[in-house]
Amino acid sequence: MLELKGIYKIFNRGTINEKVALNGVDLTLNDGDFVTVIGGNGAGKSTILNMITGVYSVDAGLVIVDGIDVTRMPEHKRAKFFGRVFQDPMTGTAADMEIAENLALAARRGKRRTLKFGVNKKEKQAFRELLKKLDLGLENRLTSKVGLLSGGQRQALTLLMATLQKPKVLLLDEHTAALDPKTSAKVLEITDRIVSQNRLTTMMVTHNMHDAITYGNRLIMMHEGKIILDISGEEKKNLTVETLLHKFETVSGTEFANDRALLS
Amino acid sequence: MLAFLESLPGAVAQGIIWGIMAIGVFITFKVLDLADLTVDGSMATGGAVFVVLTVAGVNVYLSLLIAFLAGCAAGLITGVLHTLFGIPAILAGILTQLALYSINLRITSGASNTPIDFRQYDLMVTLSDINRSLIVGGIFVVAVIAVLYWFFGTEIGHSIRATGSNPAMARANGINTNRNKIIGLVLSNGLVALSGGLLAQYQGFADVNMGRGAIVIGLAAVIIGEVIFGKIFRNFALRLLSAVFGGIIYYIVITLVIQAGLNANDLKLFSAIVVAIFLGVPYWKSKLKFGKKVSAQGGADRA
Ligand SMILES: Nc1ncnc2c1ncn2[C@@H]1O[C@H](COP(=O)(O)OP(=O)(O)OP(=O)(O)O)[C@@H](O)[C@H]1O
Ligand SMILES: [Mg+2]
Repeated sequence: MLELKGIYKIFNRGTINEKVALNGVDLTLNDGDFVTVIGGNGAGKSTILNMITGVYSVDAGLVIVDGIDVTRMPEHKRAKFFGRVFQDPMTGTAADMEIAENLALAARRGKRRTLKFGVNKKEKQAFRELLKKLDLGLENRLTSKVGLLSGGQRQALTLLMATLQKPKVLLLDEHTAALDPKTSAKVLEITDRIVSQNRLTTMMVTHNMHDAITYGNRLIMMHEGKIILDISGEEKKNLTVETLLHKFETVSGTEFANDRALLS
Repeated sequence: MLAFLESLPGAVAQGIIWGIMAIGVFITFKVLDLADLTVDGSMATGGAVFVVLTVAGVNVYLSLLIAFLAGCAAGLITGVLHTLFGIPAILAGILTQLALYSINLRITSGASNTPIDFRQYDLMVTLSDINRSLIVGGIFVVAVIAVLYWFFGTEIGHSIRATGSNPAMARANGINTNRNKIIGLVLSNGLVALSGGLLAQYQGFADVNMGRGAIVIGLAAVIIGEVIFGKIFRNFALRLLSAVFGGIIYYIVITLVIQAGLNANDLKLFSAIVVAIFLGVPYWKSKLKFGKKVSAQGGADRA
């Protein structure tokens, strides 16, 4: 379970570039929740994920995972709770390292690293099996450098890495936005499969309204650093893009604006 | 020509010793993606510690080990300045390097040049026995590469490589990137000081200025090695070896240009230009290639 209590974040405070990125966010994710997150440009979607994972520290508020207050814990220490996939396919993997080495690094998330071999034989076999399930032909390329992979392959690999050690929360930040539509659909399908098979508590930021409605059991919409809509259950199942846009306009008093938003 | 052939073994021996230094630079510059200028100081520290201890009667191997540890300490300072105090790596290195100048003079009790005579001490390498120096230097290179090859294949070693390759990814996977940078800087400067200890023996003295411009020579060795052997040497151990080969080639070229009449005072200018060219050319190459590739790939492919 993940709890956010009264999170505020102001960038460049006291300068002309001051920006209130998060303006009091409260959110509780229940175990097994698959929450999709949408919102306009600069609404604070990425920032909220960065607050949860400790990329930046909060200005006020609490981040609680499974009852543990992690608000002041450095990023690498909280990493044991979270699996992450980023928008830029470059961000989630080490390009100069082999596929097997990347997976082995991820397999040790939250564990003590020692002077034992970085990748062992048994693991390699397990990695091969897991890669086969991705159906991207990566199972025979364990020793290829990740830098040689396509964006879609890298995102799928990052997804696998993020879930090798079952995370308390899986955090996806527009992880298919940089991919072409076909690859994007494939990565989303893999995402959905991994999430449901492992019953992962998940937050998925997307700019695609349709995907936000299709996937998950809960949808939240952000606007100007706040959560302005939180829809779940039957209401979520019956959502359409039109009703969602209408709701947004009613609550925010503005039109939905996101350069990259796909409304259908 | 004859003179050149005669001086060839000496150039190779010197190249091997600097090659160990280049391996240290490889760790920071290539593995960690940090430009560490501490090395100009830690090279001289290694020489000073070795000579002072040996002259004081300490066993040469123990002296060299302590020289290595002194270099590690220098790396630790830079690492702490960089990670704990947020000072940019280059500046942190410059600060340590500057401080080391005074410290090195303290080590030698104020002498800017401290001789060590091969006739009095059982030195591992010396100008007066180049064959022996080549063999001993070669053994050091093999041992250092073997240890590093093992180390960078361990869980900790992997996490250091990830730290250099992609710090955001490393932290997302629970890796303490600050600690790893410190480990890399410690290891790197230890090796640089080891090389300094060997160089002092080889040339017969430790000099407070013996590390001046060392970073440029180290970089030259790393880059020359990469340009020439990069296509065939993919394995990590071989990449380290190519840095040593780069050092050897560097010293052969230097010997050549000096015999061709280059004023020794112009050497540093020459070295700087060589390194600038080797660093700059790949950038322009990729820039020109990038221009062509944008339409085809959207320019997203950095690797
Ligand atoms: N590191 C930073 N420094 C300064 N301002 C920042 C920083 N990160 C985010 N911001 C600002 O905070 C606001 C929220 O940004 P955030 O990246 O969370 O938006 P987002 O909802 O993810 O938008 P997008 O759809 O564009 O990805 C924006 O105005 C952004 O410019
Ligand atoms: Mg964003």
